[in-house]
Amino acid sequence: MSASSDVGYHAQRQARWHYGEAVFWLVVLACGFLFPSRYLIMTDILRLALFAISLDLILGYAGIVSLGHAAFFGVGAYAAGLLALHGIINEPVLALIAAGLAAMVLGFATSFLVIRGVDLTRLMVTLGIALLLEALAERFSNITGGTDGLQGIEMQPILGEIPFDMFGKAGFFYSLAVLFVLFLLARRIVHSPFGLSLRAIKNNPLRAAAIGIPVNRRLVAIYTLAAFYAGIAGALFTQTTAIASLDVFAFDRSADLMLVLVIGGTGYLYGGLIGAVIFRMLQEVFSTITPQYWQFWIGLVLVVIVLVGRQRLHYGVLFLPNLLIKQIAGRKAVVTVPESDA
Amino acid sequence: MFEHKTFSRAAAIAAIAGLAGLSPARAEDTVKIGLILPMTGGQASTGKQIENAIKLYIQQNGETVAGKKVEIIVKDDAAIPDKTKTAAQELIVNDKVNFIAGFGVTPAALAAAPLATQAKIPEIVMAAGTSIITERSPYIVRTSFTLAQSSTIIGDWAVQNGIKKVATLTSDYAPGNDALNFFKQNFTAGGGEVVEEVKVPLQNPDFAPFLQRMKDAKPDAIFVFVPAGQGGNFMKQYAERGLDKAGIKVIGPGDVTDDDLLNNMGDAVIGTVTAHLYSAAHPSQMNKDFVAAYKKAFNSRPGFMAVSGYDGIHLIYEALKKTGGDTDGTKLVEAMKGQKWESPRGPISIDPETRDIVQNIYIRRVARSKSDGELYNVEFQVFEAVKDLGKTKK
Amino acid sequence: MSIRIDPVSMTSILTNLFDGVAYGMLLFVIACGLAVTLGLMNFVNLAHGAFAMAGGYVCMLLVNQHGWPFFAALPLAFVSSAVIGIVLERTLYRHLYARSHLDQVLFTIGLAFMSVAAVDYIQGSSRVFINLPAALQGQFDVFGVGIGRYRLMIIVICGLLTIGLQMVLAKTRFGSRLRAAVDDPRAASGLGINVPQVFAFTFAFGCGLAGLGGALSAEILGLDPYFPLKFMIYFLIVVTVGGSSSITGPFLASLLLGIGDVAGKYYVPKMGPFVIYTMMIVILIWRPNGLFGRTAAR
Repeated sequence: MSASSDVGYHAQRQARWHYGEAVFWLVVLACGFLFPSRYLIMTDILRLALFAISLDLILGYAGIVSLGHAAFFGVGAYAAGLLALHGIINEPVLALIAAGLAAMVLGFATSFLVIRGVDLTRLMVTLGIALLLEALAERFSNITGGTDGLQGIEMQPILGEIPFDMFGKAGFFYSLAVLFVLFLLARRIVHSPFGLSLRAIKNNPLRAAAIGIPVNRRLVAIYTLAAFYAGIAGALFTQTTAIASLDVFAFDRSADLMLVLVIGGTGYLYGGLIGAVIFRMLQEVFSTITPQYWQFWIGLVLVVIVLVGRQRLHYGVLFLPNLLIKQIAGRKAVVTVPESDA
Repeated sequence: MFEHKTFSRAAAIAAIAGLAGLSPARAEDTVKIGLILPMTGGQASTGKQIENAIKLYIQQNGETVAGKKVEIIVKDDAAIPDKTKTAAQELIVNDKVNFIAGFGVTPAALAAAPLATQAKIPEIVMAAGTSIITERSPYIVRTSFTLAQSSTIIGDWAVQNGIKKVATLTSDYAPGNDALNFFKQNFTAGGGEVVEEVKVPLQNPDFAPFLQRMKDAKPDAIFVFVPAGQGGNFMKQYAERGLDKAGIKVIGPGDVTDDDLLNNMGDAVIGTVTAHLYSAAHPSQMNKDFVAAYKKAFNSRPGFMAVSGYDGIHLIYEALKKTGGDTDGTKLVEAMKGQKWESPRGPISIDPETRDIVQNIYIRRVARSKSDGELYNVEFQVFEAVKDLGKTKK
Repeated sequence: MSIRIDPVSMTSILTNLFDGVAYGMLLFVIACGLAVTLGLMNFVNLAHGAFAMAGGYVCMLLVNQHGWPFFAALPLAFVSSAVIGIVLERTLYRHLYARSHLDQVLFTIGLAFMSVAAVDYIQGSSRVFINLPAALQGQFDVFGVGIGRYRLMIIVICGLLTIGLQMVLAKTRFGSRLRAAVDDPRAASGLGINVPQVFAFTFAFGCGLAGLGGALSAEILGLDPYFPLKFMIYFLIVVTVGGSSSITGPFLASLLLGIGDVAGKYYVPKMGPFVIYTMMIVILIWRPNGLFGRTAAR
């Protein structure tokens, strides 16, 4: 890396908007107009991306591993579902925020359990919490509908104006807007002094504590925020599909999320977005080709990714775009993926 | 540091475009059937049986009906309702299917119901067995069964055959609750007593503790409903725990002695009495041919899920014949109402009012066949043309 | 609240205890290989259940299709899983020991997915059963306590294995080599211990045990292609709750999990799953490194 006097400069340089980012978001927006028949899977990717950003906040920036992030996704999903089903908050955006807050409360409460212990303990405690919630949701089937899920949710129009349609157009742009706003917020946060202090904690908690960072309080804060994000992702899920069933808490969801983030790379926010696209596309392609055995090919891809090495893959993927960028914008503009690992 | 995302995005776009290109839409001369089934996960055997049976039917009856080529598109939903819904939406919006069919579990069938209504496309339910399903959309037609059909009948049978005290063990989800409630209703009305009631979670590795509870309650019989596929495990542990030696019988809807697994369950299962719609030992020539053809093609015995799939695709063929190839959803559903035919399971029909199946329910006892030494459900009593009592009672 | 224990409930308590112990022992045999790789070698192997499944299927094929006696097929289940284990260790796994945990997770989940789909392809997705000899079927009564023959056999086999393992680890030359290699690989290899070889052997042995456990568990847990994913969580719980300093920890954790699960389902059927998850969370918060964890985080 660089000398300590450069840290501030680097931090600022990273925080500045890169024109590539604008292109990225424009392309995403353009997808919404280019593929009107693919709104559903694109909405699915957006939800997954938001969920992945949530995990990236704690994993990539604060170094907290979690195998139970679906706990917050699930709480958000059921909260949104129950609010709509019983007509408590009919307006989707308000309900979305309320659902996010519900997940946030849970995140705050459980953060104290999670920040203790080593990686493996954290993995299992988070996993345990998600499994516990799943069991609770199954137990209180009079509220949650049990294994049958919440049925008969009818969503009111967004902001009282835009109704959800069968083709998922409204759902897609709604999800995109939510994702973008929350992405901006996350971007702001990770580049703030608060975000930098998290990275210090991730690199070395002892040193961070020694230079006066209140380690535990920072970890609680980011964990709570991540829970809010995951809750929103869950609420989006319920609102765009009009379904909430037990599998929102499922272990598979947390595990898939981990895969998404590892594929995309942690610690630069876009990793979740890219991982979500790649992962879902792989799933879609394989399960279209072979509905029975798609898991084999997904597995194979994962194995190959690891054996070839993620860094080398990233380099390979970046090779062509970088070549072009060098021509157009000069050597300095080339793209690299941060070396980030837990 | 961001250009490569645009790159991978472009790759993704190319992939999407490629996918869209895979299914050229020539609506005039093809009929598309979107088959949404659990092909992976715990319910995968259901999905595979249905898919096999449909393949077999098309093999036997040709790919064209009423001048149109039939095209089947299979999607895996792993029995998870939101995946079902996405799959159904994709099939309707992008592939422009004329039917959606399959549906391994009740939540999946329910999740697709509003889409069938909105898109005016027939939804053929080939597995899920909760009563309410057909009420959720006027476009739903069912060729499988309802749990009310078999549970009420086994309830009556139990009372008439000297079973007074029953303990129940049912999976804790809608079909399990349906089975339990309809059984209890008829059984207690006839003077029987339910002494112990246990609902087991749907995902359940070990029945032992629940069975121990059953044994300690000392009933005359246990009423069991577990989804097809878990029956084998249940029977094994029933025997291990010595409930058969203690004289506690097993009764229930036939899911627990599904033909698919029955032959591997061991001798403890002999004597189990169930009420169900289909047995691979059903003594009609049609069924013998069906079982032989299925065994030859897939090297396994067809269960009731296979028959439901077989009848489901038959119903689609017949409806298309009746409309002369017209694929208007409303007309197709009209054409399905009141259809009557001979199925491998016996005579069946579609109730014109409820769009639900009307079929014979057989009381069967498991026995070892003298000819091939395998275990079969042997039918010994028939209740003819049973409607879904879940709805007729209302 | 006063609890009266009448004879009937006493026997059912004992029966439950017996069932729980058998269940726990089974979990232990499958999971102890994972305890070694995860706890000692610090490698996250989420595909561990796949080795158990492989053993189970090998045993099933030998018994059901080739007419082998059950007890002759059990060692074969061990051997076949161990062979698969050593082949994979030599070709794939060993490259990953030094990689990050996330890479290991990605890789081993990939393997688990592949094994699920492959077995589904070869053997179909239905649950399979192993034909047991008559001597292992049914239950007998000891003072009114129902003792399942099969479960009794599990307890005997697994109990012997556990004692054997403990002896090997504590008393033999190989045991001390392994402990040395784990404590400080560099110093150990400096002392002339062939660390990769020790690891490979240990890994294969752990896989073999899993295979044996898989064969034994077909009757109780049910064997189908989804086995590796379905029970992964249980194995992880055993290892984390038990801690990694010795095999005593995972052993006790397995028993606790087994008894807790069985008793939970019996006494509070609707609350069954809570019991074990709550237990796990409480234990981990109380002792973050597991019941018998090392004091320092590794």
